[in-house]
Amino acid sequence: MTQAALSNEVSVLDWLSSVIEQHGTKPSSLIPILQEVQKQHRYLPEELLTYIATAMNLSPATVYGVATFYAQFSLAPKGKYIIKVCDGTACHVRKAMPVYEALRKRVRLVDGKSTTDNKRYTVETVSCLGACGLAPVVTINDRVYGQVTPDAICLIIDELEKEEGDQA
Amino acid sequence: MGSMIIDGKTVEFNGETNILQVIRKAGIDLPTFCYHSELSVYGACRMCIVEVDGRGINASCHTPPEEGMTIKTNTMELRKIRRNALELLLANHNRECTTCERNSTCKLQDLAQRFGVRDVRFGERDVKAPIDTSSPALVRDPNKCILCGDCVRMCKEVQGIGVLDFANRGSKMVVTPAFNKSIGDVDCVNCGQCAAVCPTGALVVKSHVDKAWEAIYDQKTTVVVQVAPAVRVAIGEEFGITGGRSTIGQIATALRQIGADKVFDTSFAADLTVLEESREFIERFSEKKNIPQFTSCCPAWVKFVEQYYPDYMDHLSSCRSPQQMFGSIVKRYYARETGIAREDMFVISVMPCTAKKFEAERDEFKIDNNPDVDLVLTTQELARMIKEAGIDFAELEPTSMDMPFGFATGAGIIFGVTGGVSEAVLRQAHEVISKKELTNVVFKEVRGQAGVRAVETQIDGITVRLAIVHGLANAGRLLEQMKAGEVSYDLVEVMACPGGCVGGAGQPISFSASEIRSERGKGLYREDQLQQLHKAQQNPMLNDFYQKWLQSPGSAEAHEALHTHYGSRRRIDGEAISVNEFDSAPIEIQVCVGTSCYLKGSVNLLKLLTKKIKDEGYEEQVKLRAAFCCQQCAGGPMVIIDDKVIGKVSGDRINEIVQLIKDKLRVSAS
Repeated sequence: MTQAALSNEVSVLDWLSSVIEQHGTKPSSLIPILQEVQKQHRYLPEELLTYIATAMNLSPATVYGVATFYAQFSLAPKGKYIIKVCDGTACHVRKAMPVYEALRKRVRLVDGKSTTDNKRYTVETVSCLGACGLAPVVTINDRVYGQVTPDAICLIIDELEKEEGDQA
Repeated sequence: MGSMIIDGKTVEFNGETNILQVIRKAGIDLPTFCYHSELSVYGACRMCIVEVDGRGINASCHTPPEEGMTIKTNTMELRKIRRNALELLLANHNRECTTCERNSTCKLQDLAQRFGVRDVRFGERDVKAPIDTSSPALVRDPNKCILCGDCVRMCKEVQGIGVLDFANRGSKMVVTPAFNKSIGDVDCVNCGQCAAVCPTGALVVKSHVDKAWEAIYDQKTTVVVQVAPAVRVAIGEEFGITGGRSTIGQIATALRQIGADKVFDTSFAADLTVLEESREFIERFSEKKNIPQFTSCCPAWVKFVEQYYPDYMDHLSSCRSPQQMFGSIVKRYYARETGIAREDMFVISVMPCTAKKFEAERDEFKIDNNPDVDLVLTTQELARMIKEAGIDFAELEPTSMDMPFGFATGAGIIFGVTGGVSEAVLRQAHEVISKKELTNVVFKEVRGQAGVRAVETQIDGITVRLAIVHGLANAGRLLEQMKAGEVSYDLVEVMACPGGCVGGAGQPISFSASEIRSERGKGLYREDQLQQLHKAQQNPMLNDFYQKWLQSPGSAEAHEALHTHYGSRRRIDGEAISVNEFDSAPIEIQVCVGTSCYLKGSVNLLKLLTKKIKDEGYEEQVKLRAAFCCQQCAGGPMVIIDDKVIGKVSGDRINEIVQLIKDKLRVSAS
């Protein structure tokens, strides 16, 4: 189920219908609308996608197709911190994978999951962030960390945990 | 107009939209998976590649013909690319051919054979996706999908629905219903056209052959079989007989040999439908009530209206389809006549159609949970049973059907082709209205292959406006035009499948669908010509039947046995959206935001209601949710308070709802 009201004033549905109204219901508006939902909820809840399909007179299968095509959209809730470990060629040869493994272990991700149970971290790999000179590269939300080592990534997480009140 | 050189031969072209068509016209069977003349060009399978002089290698399906082109279709390089592409497709494909439904009718198998692929150098997929058997009519096996997208485009472009689409990308790409749901949980109308165009076994008709054998082997059960009109002109294709030639006599013989106790003709029930439906039409037409009348023979069309056009539900004829009329009269009257208990009678339909499997399972057509039609077999499935029994179908001695329900007029037989229902109804309506004998029974104007045929015909000086439609996308467009007031009709015939029932997805698989469909259609018109009687009202067996059991068309008894009503239907299953955070509040209010209610302004209603509840100070007492469809669309916008459903809620009725909340709180407080 979707999170409740976004604020005391606006319900999620009012918000979504105003977003749709603002972008219009032509097919090319679908991606901008999905981007706003992704930004607001950090994922695309199924029932909101169904609503978007209804409001835009599109087939839900088409909306689902677009939502699953782009890496920027997620159908499962994502964490507060989205951590991308670059595994492009340059980062890979400079040992990105040990960083990735250390990170997963540090935030206790098991069974192929990519988001921690407390919804604090989402860990993903990407193919090249375009900063090969800094390899291996990790981004956390909009911050870029270069020449990361397994130890370094754990220190970075320690810092974040401290900020969050160390409840993990 | 122009000419080009294909493999050294000069070939004329005239109006072809791509060189693939020109090449095939020149007698070269260039292979394709993703190309269908009736669908948009996709250009993904790369099997139709050719070498165009000066341009290199191009996909012929989306290269328009130009004057003076020089084309090679068969070079060392082309052959290598095609084989490689095939090999890669095969690597991604579950190759358990021997146990596949489409064994011997699979295009991938066929091309692998044609290109002599004897070895696949690439590894297999290590993860197997689950098979979706949720639908009453279709089975989807993603492991056999080659991502040609034929089903996606068929459903979207021809049927106007879009149940399936591509999801994910790259090596994870699949063709799936929305949110990876099962086909049975979304808005699929079961027309099966996706399976008809699927080149492999990724989408197939659900087989009920084993259940049919079980009933036949059960000594206690009387197996009564009905055979639909369109089956007789198609089943021969499975046995080397040209499509369009009627083999109804051989079907009767084969069914008896297999073990059916009685073999009847659905066309008899179609004659019955004609009488009931024209009576209904004449009544509505003279009262100008619920006009246009929509035909209701096609279960895919009926479900389409239930899901998308709830406001037009009253326009559907209340007549059951011929299949269901047949089931009803056999289990009600024939059972009584022969002294066989309803439960001991097993009615099997042989249909060209996959949606009939869904129709037979509908609750409307059951009495004490015993269905009027127990099992639906498609033409393909009957052919398989005949093969299994080792019967040489082509050499069978024809026999006639059993009486009384084995006798049909030409009117009932042409039900299987687009325009047929309208023509059969016209033959009856003319005589009823004008009270004169109709001598020319052929209504050429309603026949043809155009997707929408608007016809005006004069009956005794009165103009009747008809629209004959096939393909649900065409039907959807027509309904939108009707809504906008651009067109108006008195009678609208809709068949979901292109060409009508002869083009049904249960028919033998064919890679040249449109030609074979038109041959089958012609075959039914020929059958009509060969009959002694062409008007349903002339059917002597039918008249006897009315006298004995139903009195007259439209009688109370006829209504009970032959008519029904339909209800709104949700498109997709899914959770409601929470509008506020008071999940444990004592009262739950749901406002429907499904399409129909959405269009009637339910979102605004929800907004007003949220504000009102807050203003009145009940905010924390009410859990507000936006739900998707409570299946009562005609009465929308719908509001549900706990279990109470309130329809047609407009802004000025909000106080009424607030009053209900007050009452409820008072009751729970005291």
